Amino acid sequence: MQPKAEMVHWMFATGFLFLGLCLFAEALVGQEVWRRRRWRAYLWPGLAFGMGVLMWPVMTFFTNSAIHMLAHSAWAQVMMLAGAAELGRVRGKLKSDLWLLTVPLALVVSGTAFLVHEQNPWFFQRSAFLHHLIGWTVLGASVFPLVRAFRTRSVVANSGFALTFVVLAIFLYCDRDLAPIFGHLSPVAGAPHR
Amino acid sequence: MNAELAHQLEAKRAERTWRVRVVWALGPTTSLGGVVWALVQPYRITLLHPHGQGFWWLFSEPPLWVVLVGLVFGLLIAPGLIEDLEDAERSR
Repeated sequence: MQPKAEMVHWMFATGFLFLGLCLFAEALVGQEVWRRRRWRAYLWPGLAFGMGVLMWPVMTFFTNSAIHMLAHSAWAQVMMLAGAAELGRVRGKLKSDLWLLTVPLALVVSGTAFLVHEQNPWFFQRSAFLHHLIGWTVLGASVFPLVRAFRTRSVVANSGFALTFVVLAIFLYCDRDLAPIFGHLSPVAGAPHR
Repeated sequence: MNAELAHQLEAKRAERTWRVRVVWALGPTTSLGGVVWALVQPYRITLLHPHGQGFWWLFSEPPLWVVLVGLVFGLLIAPGLIEDLEDAERSR
């Protein structure tokens, strides 16, 4: 009754795609216009926090290895932290802009976790390739929220941050549990399913 | 009346219109991406060949989810945002 890992990746991809669209729209129109309707201000931090909460069942039920559990729980914690910090800022409970640093922290921890918990080399099979690719992409993209923390109105930083989630969604949609990557599939990986 | 000033105002107006257009286009473009994906990889839509498939395979339809994300953004987020953007531009 449990969904396959690739299906969970596609579900999170859908959440990240919506998150990316919202952040990109906010970058285009500016924070002032985006927050004209109160509920919109809570949209992306609420979504990030909610996706962090949903990472806990992933950690609980997808127990391939201890390192998988550690990686999933690290993502859950940093996503919840980043979402909660932004919710606190929107609500006015948290005043300091330094709370924005929780977002690059979340990306650095997530990127590192992706790289650390993938034990196979790049061309072992598609999911291994995507884990490496996503890990390095997320690590590199942490520059955008880092700049955004100090220059909150930077269009480049805000757009780059938003598009990071769109790219992440595309990578996650490409994920299959067992499939070749550019014609490479390790003979020890197993037989691909549908 | 300074003609240069009027020209600058017109340029600013054009830029604003461009922003509105991009926000409006985000939802349909995303949905179109999902449709194109479905056409290129129809086997990713299990509903087209549902016999013998379990719940999760029937539920997991990534190209349709992309279409759905575009629809939700285009119908629920974009109209209000465009309204607020145009309102903000008018009051500037």
